Amino acid sequence: MELSGAEIVVQFLKDEGVEHVFGYPGGAVLHIYDAIFRQEDVKHILVRHEQGAVHAADGYARATGKPGVALVTSGPGATNAITGIATAYMDSIPLIVLSGQVQSAFIGSDAFQEVDAVGISRPCVKHNFLVKDVHDLVSTLKKAFYVATTGRPGPVLIDIPKDTTDIAIKIPYVFPHHISMRSYNPTVKGHSGQVKRALDLLASARRPMLYTGGGVILSNASAELTEFTQVLGYPITNTLMGLGSYPGRDKQFVGMLGMHGTYEANMAMHECDVLVAIGARFDDRVTGDVEQFCPNAKIIHIDIDPASISKTVRVDVPIVGDIKAVLTDMLKELKGVKKQNDSKALENWWKQIDKWRTADCLRYDRNSALIKPQFVIEKLCEVTNGDAFVTSDVGQHQMFAAQFYHFNKPRRWINSGGLGTMGFGLPAALGVQMAHPGAPVACITGESSIQMCIQELATAKQYDLPVKVINLNNSYMGMVRQWQEFFYDKRYSQSHMAVQPDFVKLAEAYGHVGMHIDKPADVEGALKEAFAMKDRLVFLDFVTDEKENVYPMIAAGKGQHEMHMAPEWELI
Amino acid sequence: MRHIISLLMENEAGALSRVAGLFSARGYNIESLTVAPTEDSTLSRMTLVTIGSDEIVEQITKQLNKLIDIVKLADITEGEHLERELMLLKVLANTAEQREEVKRMTDIFRGRVIDVMDATFTIEITGNGHKLDAFIEAMRQSDIIETVRSGATGISRGSKCLHV
Repeated sequence: MELSGAEIVVQFLKDEGVEHVFGYPGGAVLHIYDAIFRQEDVKHILVRHEQGAVHAADGYARATGKPGVALVTSGPGATNAITGIATAYMDSIPLIVLSGQVQSAFIGSDAFQEVDAVGISRPCVKHNFLVKDVHDLVSTLKKAFYVATTGRPGPVLIDIPKDTTDIAIKIPYVFPHHISMRSYNPTVKGHSGQVKRALDLLASARRPMLYTGGGVILSNASAELTEFTQVLGYPITNTLMGLGSYPGRDKQFVGMLGMHGTYEANMAMHECDVLVAIGARFDDRVTGDVEQFCPNAKIIHIDIDPASISKTVRVDVPIVGDIKAVLTDMLKELKGVKKQNDSKALENWWKQIDKWRTADCLRYDRNSALIKPQFVIEKLCEVTNGDAFVTSDVGQHQMFAAQFYHFNKPRRWINSGGLGTMGFGLPAALGVQMAHPGAPVACITGESSIQMCIQELATAKQYDLPVKVINLNNSYMGMVRQWQEFFYDKRYSQSHMAVQPDFVKLAEAYGHVGMHIDKPADVEGALKEAFAMKDRLVFLDFVTDEKENVYPMIAAGKGQHEMHMAPEWELI
Repeated sequence: MRHIISLLMENEAGALSRVAGLFSARGYNIESLTVAPTEDSTLSRMTLVTIGSDEIVEQITKQLNKLIDIVKLADITEGEHLERELMLLKVLANTAEQREEVKRMTDIFRGRVIDVMDATFTIEITGNGHKLDAFIEAMRQSDIIETVRSGATGISRGSKCLHV
């Protein structure tokens, strides 16, 4: 089969199993868009801003485990995509971003819509390529998918000059089923000696703790993690990125850890004597002050990325490998020889944890005349049976969602954890809905975040994506306001969203349904009504208590045991 | 601690910028960096000299290993190794006395005068960094016009080697 470069791009995507491409056309990618027009296998979703394209592809990837694909033009198309690429990079999400480039003869001449996309994206991609010769196109595409989806996943950008996709030049095309790269061979299987050492250490634990992150979800190892945890009978906490990898309602689950994690999770971390970190990277929002982090613990760390091991916290037993493969090996060993745990010590440990649980650290005022954001999330969880796909933006609403929506399955909780990108939630929700057409999808957001990518409401209309937007509207950048209250003596500098659109009318202007809710008694009814509208996007504008803060909290730089609880006066 | 890290990488456009970018993005020190193609034209060999604690250098090698274009790397300072750097040094050599002194000093350091002009000598000298520093110190009495150093390169001793 002889194809042009543009046709090769599209045919390759089809052969690679890509069903959806999120993109926005422009001069440098016109050849590719023409090839897209002349086929029906790869569906293109036209977004309203390139940032939206990448977030949507990202949401799609997080919800399916398949790589997301975005297509943007040169210059501003590529620069608009950068925030999305960096978001995916920080959370290790497999993405392929195809960016157009000016003709190769013009590269470096400051041509119209020229930007050094490879240079600009370099610090926030796993790898990138510039394909100047159409003959290199197929092998580069194959390498890009291979690199993006294996090892520690991540975004890969392919910059394609316009002449590479020239429709007049046709070359033979064969889809390569395999590829190997001498410079890239991720370790999958864990070292068996290390696995044994880890199991010995685990068996000797008197106060063990499992701390697991997004790597478990990326590795599709939730079932193995759940079995591993339950065979051991040890307490488990998840990071923000790991929520859903272990059932959120299970008795062994002590909640999320970190800056806004539960008291019991953070205290158990601080007091444990053996810590097993699985697919987690000791982020500063988790560790607090590293000097005081898990002061009494021997640490086992399982991760596919050797550079994640001993990066911020020294570990005692590192295991480099794919989480699923390593946990499978560990389970086999565990079941083979029953190691003797100190059951009395474990019993005492659980007693201690249950005592911490009585602090009821997530309490809030349930009798408030104002809508509490926590209450909305609780009701959302009830109405959707804890089984919706939930995306979020960044800020207080993100933390409330993490604390109050109990995720029972992996790939249900989709948020920008590492980069903390406001504007992520709505386009990501569109990607999720595209991947799971019939499933309930909620985007938990705030009046500030939602306005950063609000234009994607039009995309939702064009493709009939019935996302439910849960707008927790407190008229403030809530997390900024909270820090200004605590650390800047209530000087609320530029965090007040004094002017806002009428979100109901705005939703209607885009052809959606808008709802305004300002009484706690109306919350549940509104949610039920919205989710009953299965074929409509509903924008629910909840007017919430502007003074509500996220508790408990570890202030930046403090130890895990130095949590602030909600002050009693807020509970009246 | 000073470490010499040798890298074999794909001879691709942009590979050098990935390494340099990694060091600036993560705040690592580069004391010197040299790179050139090897006998295998698809591979380049880079020698990096960096200074950092054991933890930092461990991170540096891990992060370098993560770069897709890097095929293999070794911290050659972990074992016995040879280190060489080339320096070219141009000095004023106007008078017979000056010329004699420069030539004498160059011989002592086993350097070579490789260019002779009316008023200047250019000297080539190789060695480790300390030797080159010492030579510059010894030449202080002469008028040094210009120096250029290649940065360190190195190789492990014996059977230990970095190849694909």
